[in-house]
Amino acid sequence: MNLNIDSVESLVTQIQGFSGNLSDINHLHSLLKQSEELLRSQSARLVSSLAELDPSLHSLGYLYILKAILSAPVSKEEANGLLVSIARFINSCSVEQIQLAPEKFIFICKWFKDQVMFLEAPLRGVAPMLTSIRKLQVSSEQLTTLHSDFLLLCVLAKCYKTGMSILEDDISEVDQPRDFFLYCYYGGMICIGQKQFDKALELLHNVVMAPMSTLNAIAVEAYKKYILVSLIHLGQFSTSFPKYTSSVAQRNLKNFALPYLELANSYGNGKISELKTFVRRNMEKFESDNNLGLMKQVVSSMYKRNIQRLTQTYLTLSLRDIAKTVQLSNAKEAEMHVLQMIEDGEIYAAINQKDGMVRFLEDPEQYKTCAMIEHIDSSIKRITALSKKLTSLDELMSCDPMYLAKVGREKHRFDFDSVPQRFNIRDEHN
Amino acid sequence: MEPDEDLGQIADGIYANGDENTQRHRPIISSEQLDIEAYAALYSGRTKITRLLFIAGRCGNASMQLEALRMAYDEIKKGENTQLFREVVQKIDGSLGTTYGPDPAWADSVDRRAELRKEKLENELNAYRTNLIKESIRMGYNDFGDFYYAHGQLGEAFKNYVRTRDYCTTAKHIIHMCLNAILVSIEMGQFTHVTSYVSKAEQSQDALDVVTVAKLRCAAGLAHLEAKKYKLAARKFLEVGPELGNNYTEVIAPQDVATYGGLCALASFDRAELKSKVIDNINFRNFLELVPEIRELIHDFYTSHYASCLEYLGNLKANLLLDIHLHDHVETLYDQIRNKALIQYTHPFVSVDLNMMANAFKTSVPGLEKELEALITDNQIQARIDSHNKILYARHADQRNATFQRVLQTGKEFDRDVRSMLLRANLLKHEYILRTSRKH
Repeated sequence: MNLNIDSVESLVTQIQGFSGNLSDINHLHSLLKQSEELLRSQSARLVSSLAELDPSLHSLGYLYILKAILSAPVSKEEANGLLVSIARFINSCSVEQIQLAPEKFIFICKWFKDQVMFLEAPLRGVAPMLTSIRKLQVSSEQLTTLHSDFLLLCVLAKCYKTGMSILEDDISEVDQPRDFFLYCYYGGMICIGQKQFDKALELLHNVVMAPMSTLNAIAVEAYKKYILVSLIHLGQFSTSFPKYTSSVAQRNLKNFALPYLELANSYGNGKISELKTFVRRNMEKFESDNNLGLMKQVVSSMYKRNIQRLTQTYLTLSLRDIAKTVQLSNAKEAEMHVLQMIEDGEIYAAINQKDGMVRFLEDPEQYKTCAMIEHIDSSIKRITALSKKLTSLDELMSCDPMYLAKVGREKHRFDFDSVPQRFNIRDEHN
Repeated sequence: MEPDEDLGQIADGIYANGDENTQRHRPIISSEQLDIEAYAALYSGRTKITRLLFIAGRCGNASMQLEALRMAYDEIKKGENTQLFREVVQKIDGSLGTTYGPDPAWADSVDRRAELRKEKLENELNAYRTNLIKESIRMGYNDFGDFYYAHGQLGEAFKNYVRTRDYCTTAKHIIHMCLNAILVSIEMGQFTHVTSYVSKAEQSQDALDVVTVAKLRCAAGLAHLEAKKYKLAARKFLEVGPELGNNYTEVIAPQDVATYGGLCALASFDRAELKSKVIDNINFRNFLELVPEIRELIHDFYTSHYASCLEYLGNLKANLLLDIHLHDHVETLYDQIRNKALIQYTHPFVSVDLNMMANAFKTSVPGLEKELEALITDNQIQARIDSHNKILYARHADQRNATFQRVLQTGKEFDRDVRSMLLRANLLKHEYILRTSRKH
């Protein structure tokens, strides 16, 4: 077949002609691959030809042409127009076609994101990026390199809710550690914004305890936030790392987060005045890390923690006594705190305003409702599925030639008595 | 007696939740000042002096202090410890008249004699060593130990006693060595040594006579007490046989065994153990008879007459603080006993009126509330306080709900952990692929 195409016009015609069924598209794909050189040389003229293509029908061709345009320097005025066409393209392109050339799609999306950031309009990028992730993903468990870019836009645009929709998927396939670290870090920030501290802790934990051979800035910042969120959510922080933590992190992380560890220490003493003095003295350190907001939440969580402790010991207690025990200035302030906590479901209590007494109640959850049973049922299902996955992964691993080669080698090294039955798979590959 | 007080006492009886005949012997004996003379008579040797000096340093009462110093002075004069003598003289500082002044003639003659004796001992020891007679060498070192001990050089004494170890030929010798080492270690406050030499001595079971066993138990008890292991200390003191009698006055009086053992047991034993090991213990009963206050307060505690028990304790406190071994632990032991009493008091009730309880414990309601709060937070009492009506309600944990809660929590944790583990495995795999691909 003669695949020599010498002008952009004829290429456009080809694209229009071969975007129908699957075999056509495959043909077109190889055609496009060969014309990349041509596209690059003609990039200045390509913008006009974009108009002749329909992004939903001719997605693959559109993609190649866009890539060629963006590879060359783009002027400011053109960029604005391109942003619109890219957004439209992302929205309407066909999933099958773009998945033939994912790296080109990613390139375009990254350019798009950079441009949006450059224009300081992150909000414009949020929706298209979400669509692009969904289109690029082969399965919802796959972490694409676009995840972290999308989450960054969400953080900047404060679109936490949209960000959460991605975070709710369980990720288990990771290609690039850097993508994963950023995904978890930005994801953690979004969860903090949504006050989903549980999830935030999980994500930050994943960064801090991830296997790594050198320490990176993402892990350090994540560790700082991890300490703060632990204090807010759990009321404590244990400085010891779980034993699967990389040795680099175990050795070095603490040195980078000294004021945070001191804070945790001071929090552990349970004295609000001490904590406040410490915060006042170290204000600028936390401010320079952009953690001042979390810091303030840490302080107010101390009040909550102390009030919660009272519910364990008292059935009724006057607001004045509450204020005195948790060192609030007056009964009014105590009332505000208690009220807020009741609203947030953090304590179960009723305030009697007539005599200023608070009556603490037991958790009304009786584990008898249909909703609860459903919840338990779904949890069980989830965990069964998880165990199944674990087993299958284990099986997969024990059949993995690379794993076996490694284990075989090590076994050979330590175990001289055994029959030298080596798995020489690695050599075969060479 | 004034009518008011009378009423109060009757009310006390009720609040102490005892039977009708609670109106018993109220007056408590040893609330008055410690009788130093009688106290000192219980002990002999160096401990008598150190105990007297300890009292003099602690009591904060001029006449008592001088009395203690005077007796210490007399006691030292009987021995040969000129170093200690000079210290005491300095402390007395002429306030007891000329009879208790620095007696340089006595001190010099003692020192001179000591010099001579030391020389003699050295010569003897050298002779034994050239002759290589094991038993004599042992005796020689032992004499040296005795000599240094008498002159207050405890470190040297300990070294010499321990040196005899290489020349011990029979189990009896070993035990003798151990007892000496224990004695010196207690004086020095080196209780780790005490423990190790006690266990060493106990290894040669057959050579131990009952008195020695009792002595070893006392020493072990002291060591545990010093290490704040009150339960172990209590067990050791409770095991002390009646044969101890006045055989170990250079360390401990039988009265002390009762006091130390009783208080430690009260602080650390539960009710059943208290009954079986203390109250029904015939051996220990003999000791308790020597210190009726302790016996009474243990019985009061067991029969839930907390007010009277705490009153006994309060009265004993001043004197216990003057005890050379117990003084550091009085506060802790008292706190533990009090907490135990509070816990036991609340245990059988569904609800308790805090006013009544405060009365029974001779404290104020807010104070009691604080104490209870601490115990509830510590999860030692399962109850909640109705601060409005001043009532304590027992709280029965709902096992079913707790189980549900725990199960869900565990499930959540498992879910989270497995997922993060899978992710880590994924990253490792990625890194491994990267490394191998780089290598190729």
